[in-house]
Amino acid sequence: MSKYAGFAFALAAGVGLAVGAGGSAKAETPKKGGVLNFIVAAESPSYDGHKESTFAMVHPTRPFYSLLIRVNPENPSSPTDFQCDLCVGGVPKPTDGGKTYTFKIKKGVKFHDGQTMTSQDLLATYNKIIFPPAGVSSARKAFFKMVDTIEAPDDETLVFKLKFATGAFIPALATPFNYTYSAKDLKEHGYDWHEKNVNGTGAFKFKEAVAGSHVEAVKFDGFHMDGKPYLDGYKALISRKMAIRVQAIRGDRAAIEFRGFPPKQRDDLVKSLGKDITVQESDWNCVLLFTPNHGRPIMQDPRVRQALTLAVDRWGGSQHLSRIAIVKTVGGIAFPNHPLAANKAELVRLKGYGTDLKASREEAKKLLAEAGKAGIKFELLNRGTDQPYKIVGTWLIGQWRQIGAEVTQRVEPSKSFYNSLRKTKDFDVSMDFNCQSVINPIVDVSKYIGSAGNNYGNYAGQDQELEDIYNQLVQEGDEAKQREIMRVMEKRALSDQAHEGITLWWYKITPHRSYVKGWKIAPSHYLNQSLDQVWLDK
Amino acid sequence: MMVTVSEVQTEADFEEVAPKKPWTQVAMDLSRKQPLGVFGLAIVLAMVVAAALANVVSPFNPLQEHFDAMLVPPGTDSYLLGTDEFGRDILSRLIYGSRTALLVGFVCAIVGSTAGLVLGVASAYFGGLFDLILQRVLDVFMAFPLIILALAVVATLGPGIENVMIAIILPFVPQCARVVRSNALAIREIPYVDAARALGFSNARIILRHMVPNVMAPYLIMLTTFLGQAILLEASLSFLGLGVQDPIPAWGLMLTNASEFFEGSPWVAIYPGVAISLSVFGFNLFGDAVRDTLDPKLRSR
Repeated sequence: MSKYAGFAFALAAGVGLAVGAGGSAKAETPKKGGVLNFIVAAESPSYDGHKESTFAMVHPTRPFYSLLIRVNPENPSSPTDFQCDLCVGGVPKPTDGGKTYTFKIKKGVKFHDGQTMTSQDLLATYNKIIFPPAGVSSARKAFFKMVDTIEAPDDETLVFKLKFATGAFIPALATPFNYTYSAKDLKEHGYDWHEKNVNGTGAFKFKEAVAGSHVEAVKFDGFHMDGKPYLDGYKALISRKMAIRVQAIRGDRAAIEFRGFPPKQRDDLVKSLGKDITVQESDWNCVLLFTPNHGRPIMQDPRVRQALTLAVDRWGGSQHLSRIAIVKTVGGIAFPNHPLAANKAELVRLKGYGTDLKASREEAKKLLAEAGKAGIKFELLNRGTDQPYKIVGTWLIGQWRQIGAEVTQRVEPSKSFYNSLRKTKDFDVSMDFNCQSVINPIVDVSKYIGSAGNNYGNYAGQDQELEDIYNQLVQEGDEAKQREIMRVMEKRALSDQAHEGITLWWYKITPHRSYVKGWKIAPSHYLNQSLDQVWLDK
Repeated sequence: MMVTVSEVQTEADFEEVAPKKPWTQVAMDLSRKQPLGVFGLAIVLAMVVAAALANVVSPFNPLQEHFDAMLVPPGTDSYLLGTDEFGRDILSRLIYGSRTALLVGFVCAIVGSTAGLVLGVASAYFGGLFDLILQRVLDVFMAFPLIILALAVVATLGPGIENVMIAIILPFVPQCARVVRSNALAIREIPYVDAARALGFSNARIILRHMVPNVMAPYLIMLTTFLGQAILLEASLSFLGLGVQDPIPAWGLMLTNASEFFEGSPWVAIYPGVAISLSVFGFNLFGDAVRDTLDPKLRSR
């Protein structure tokens, strides 16, 4: 794991960029008290962490719950720095050739309703996540494909037995959606109860929720971490309009929006608030893709898909779009700068990543002509969200125009966009994304195989070679070999078959009031949202 | 030459008495009588000319991005009104955007008011149960505010210029039908309609030859009123993300795209806003003038 440790250091040093008065490295003593007001740009359909996948659920509800293990809030940029939340000591080393993990569970942890938490609650929680009964939705079941059995031999022990040794297991456990529920609640109220009700062991207790307005919480005095939380409570204010969110921070009606803002809004806030605003920036474990629908005859020829990727000026786009959108980094299928990710020398060998744009576009035109699709016309399906979807979608159409493609855009609100993408499959090419929480490239890149539940390219069963490469990757324990296999997979998915086209990786910019302390930006808007370590320097 | 009433006996004599004025004189008279209307007409004509000659008068291709000139202020280099977030020339996009506005405006106004004309006259002419049912159906449509009904239609059909036009036409039809019907009801009672019936003319002939020409005044008034409304509705729907989609130039879309950038670059919002306001203002002034000219009750005021 030495390379991973080096990566963690580089990421922590490189991405925790702080601008403004709050950037001081000096250790400060946390102050107690105060209520943190923060903005959430959307409203969650439910409060069930096991079912939902949106930040709109995580931001207001993550502080209600604890996890078995979590990403270290002091070092959230690291892909390997995990710490116990409900377990004791450090994250255990595996035994049985990497196939058994035994966790010792904290004693005396209380749920907000007074129940005592034991390993039975964790067993019930992980059974719901990994082996959900028929009809029960579990969004991250696929993350735990390696888990064979879970056992709780006594109230303080939890044992996971894996089918094969893999480095993907521990990051999957630290996924922030794995809220610990009470076994009693699940048994008495059923599996849907947590969609509308809250009973966790987190640092804050639910106070009230007003639909379309806010979720409010107060400090949980029985929290299992001594001296925490520092805040008396928090209020998550829901506001869809970016202008309102920016004004809320400018007018100090809210202190932070954890998901972040585009560069222009950052600049406006810095200009108007000066030392009262602190900006934290980070690469983001989110990539924006375009997905050709292999079910449409026009997109079945790999030469057409290759032409589409060859037309895209990623290096130039990074420079230009990073000024107006929350995208920046050029990368392949794995999170950029991760040891498993491609470096620039490897990237430029892929179609569409070359630095000679003119040559790439000439090749694209040639491929289209060979495929009999010169002057191709198609429709780009896009999500009705400005950042970064609509901006990057419009940019892509301009890129494709350079190779003679005539592209129209169909923008749909999120619900019907997902419906078109997942159910009706009514699109030629669609904007798509792969946003994950804990950096776990081996699991994250499953998006590119046709059989993955979150793959919308409609090529399931059409590329067994790619599936085989991925299976090889999952079961490979050696880091150097993993890296080699990752390159093979990347070439197959993005270049040879051009099943998917990567645009740019997202870039997270979080400007916040300088009095907000103890929160560190992570490479995901899902991570580091427990708020137990956050305090207000007022 | 003095002419007495007794000397006037034929139409030819009338022509002699009141010779045709040169068009410049007519224009001058009109400017004196309807100065605001002429101003409105000038705006409308300017829009029509800009739309028709967009490829000649636009300084740039409205789709062409200039990444070295993103969000540059008006007057920089050759960008008279500045550029947007992709470095696209705002003036060129406004000029091409007038095509979208006029297309939607004219198609919706003509189709909506013509459908209303047909329904209104038919409703008045046939009367009875047909009239009763049709009017109640129109009541249902008229119960919804214009923008709400349009939003509901686009939400059902999906975004896109064709659906936007359907969404705008639909609320126009009952409005026009109701106004035309009230005029047609009076005409239905005039003896020449009875005479036409007595002569055995078909319903279609009576409606088209004898009734429709007599309700042209309210029809034209509604049509001109709808032009401005349609442009405003299209801009509103595009602003809400339900209308025309990027990269097609459209004023409402330009305005919604500007929402993220207008604080630092206000010109991205100001010019499309001015274009929408000016065009609606122009069409409304023109519509008012048409109404004043065609409505005998208002003519004397």
